[in-house]
Amino acid sequence: MIRPDAELLLDIQDLHASVEDKPILKGVNLQVKAGEVHAVMGRNGSGKSTLSKVLAGHPAYRVTGGSVRYRGQDLFELEPEERARLGVFLGFQYPVEIPGVSNLEFLRVSTNARREKQGEEELDTFAFEDHVHDKLKVVQMDPAFLERSVNEGFSGGEKKRNEILQMALLEPVVAILDETDSGLDIDALRIVAGGVNQLATEDNATLLITHYQRLLDEITPDYVHVMAAGRILRTGGRELALELEQTGYDWVDQELAAQGAA
Amino acid sequence: MASSVLAPVQERGRAALEQLGLPNRRQEPWRLTDLKRLAAVSELPASASPLSTSLPASLDGVTRLVLNGFDDPLAGQVLPEGITALNAEELEQALGHTLDRCGCAQVWPVEFNHAKAQQILALRVRGRIGPLELVLAAGAGLNATRVLLLLEERAELELMQVLLAEGASAHSHVLEVHLGQEAQLRHGVLATADGASSLMAHLAVEQEPRSSYALTSVVQGWNLGRVEPRVVQVDGQAETVLKGLAVTGAEQQLATHTAVRFDGPEGELDQLQKCLAGGQSHAIFNGAISVPRDAQRTNAAQLSRNLLLSDRARVDTKPELEIVADDVRCAHGATVSQLQDDELFYLQSRGIAAADATALLLRGACQEVIAQLPAAAQAWRPLERVMESLAP
Repeated sequence: MIRPDAELLLDIQDLHASVEDKPILKGVNLQVKAGEVHAVMGRNGSGKSTLSKVLAGHPAYRVTGGSVRYRGQDLFELEPEERARLGVFLGFQYPVEIPGVSNLEFLRVSTNARREKQGEEELDTFAFEDHVHDKLKVVQMDPAFLERSVNEGFSGGEKKRNEILQMALLEPVVAILDETDSGLDIDALRIVAGGVNQLATEDNATLLITHYQRLLDEITPDYVHVMAAGRILRTGGRELALELEQTGYDWVDQELAAQGAA
Repeated sequence: MASSVLAPVQERGRAALEQLGLPNRRQEPWRLTDLKRLAAVSELPASASPLSTSLPASLDGVTRLVLNGFDDPLAGQVLPEGITALNAEELEQALGHTLDRCGCAQVWPVEFNHAKAQQILALRVRGRIGPLELVLAAGAGLNATRVLLLLEERAELELMQVLLAEGASAHSHVLEVHLGQEAQLRHGVLATADGASSLMAHLAVEQEPRSSYALTSVVQGWNLGRVEPRVVQVDGQAETVLKGLAVTGAEQQLATHTAVRFDGPEGELDQLQKCLAGGQSHAIFNGAISVPRDAQRTNAAQLSRNLLLSDRARVDTKPELEIVADDVRCAHGATVSQLQDDELFYLQSRGIAAADATALLLRGACQEVIAQLPAAAQAWRPLERVMESLAP
């Protein structure tokens, strides 16, 4: 939902970033306001996932230029955990398996870290169990997954549901979902997308990173951005995604070539 | 107890030690050992004092026996029905049988124990017995103890063994277990100390067909530690599970030498050995598996997973598979790594501070083994003990 007077949550200006000294992001500009859903599309290697990891603070990525302000605050001054506590959430493309760490305990510790920052009371083991069982409904997840180790032996779909469950618990202000639709069959996709839709309010925003239109059939974006060569090449409404589905990305090469020639 | 039985054993041990001399680095099993520390252990006087701290209460339903090197562990003790102490004649017949079968003759720590042990606990187990807890506590000096367990056919026992020590003390411990056909032993070992004491523990286990032996060992905090489980499946067709966690810090050195031999077909082994090495410590694992010609259709898997917690810690891990039979499945693997950046980042991205994320990951790494300890272990807070030792 686009509202001109909504709070500017994320303000990305001319962002440059490298991994292992290889420049990946080469001048990303993007503004995200409360209530909005943005889709970032593009080919493999265009920089989509790098953008999400830089925003969350992955140590392997180095910011080499530009700025990101989150609710007015310099995002890069904050440690990854501090960003999460303040409401920045990254849904992982490949959620990490952590043997020996119980999913329930992990969810409780992270939920409490966020709650503490929001000035809310910490939940003890019993209160948290009630709380998490409520949230399980958002992604129709079997409570048995709470007793297992974090993501260990989960199928692709179960891992993604677990990501959205974490999103439901952490109540982020800006949720960045990195290819949440990858590896999902159509039923799982509907459940995950349904979860994201349930969690979207006029006070938060969602940044969907995806290859495919099919996710956008389930979650309607307000803006669609096409990334190429580390920048946002074109921005439009949801019709841009439909156009991409029809025409593919060949025009991207032409446009990049034209820009290179100019 | 049973000094008449022990006297010839001591005599034999002393003679063997004289012949063997102290181990040296040219001998493969001692190549990596800090021999100065071993020499210091060999010179300790016999223990004559209990621990300065009191023991936590055991859980309900658990029978506790304490071996401190000098008090009779059975004095005033009512043993659960089905457990009896061996008399001198039975003891004479049984003692050393399993050690010989497991190839422990002329092995220095065993002969050292023979020479020094003044205390022996020998029990026969019939039927299904409630949990037994065996506490070995070294106050000061050398606590040399010997335990013999005979599980009759179809006997079932849950044994939690706890080795504690403080200050300049050491354990020399030899355990012999004979598992009759279809017998089951679930065996937990928790050996923890404060970094000053040393440990030499030799666990020899002989398994008859269709028996099941599951060992979970958690060893942490020894200046010099050497833990040697040796299992022989005398006619194969038995099940062995070995899960080990070795945690070292400061300048500690801890070696785990396991040896499993299948003297018959269709035996099974499931082994996981984990080491967490911090500070300037040194963790060693040597895992021998022997599958002779007769051991067809053996199914064995060994995994050694090691985590280096500092740049100055060291891990040496060596699988040693000797396979002669041709129709077998033997898998083995070893990894040495540091905490994974991706795991840490995942936890941080959920609001968990770096230090807490590290602790959570270490807890998880330990829990994989600790969770397998018998229930009686809970009285000793094993996870908390290990985590406290890992705290920066």
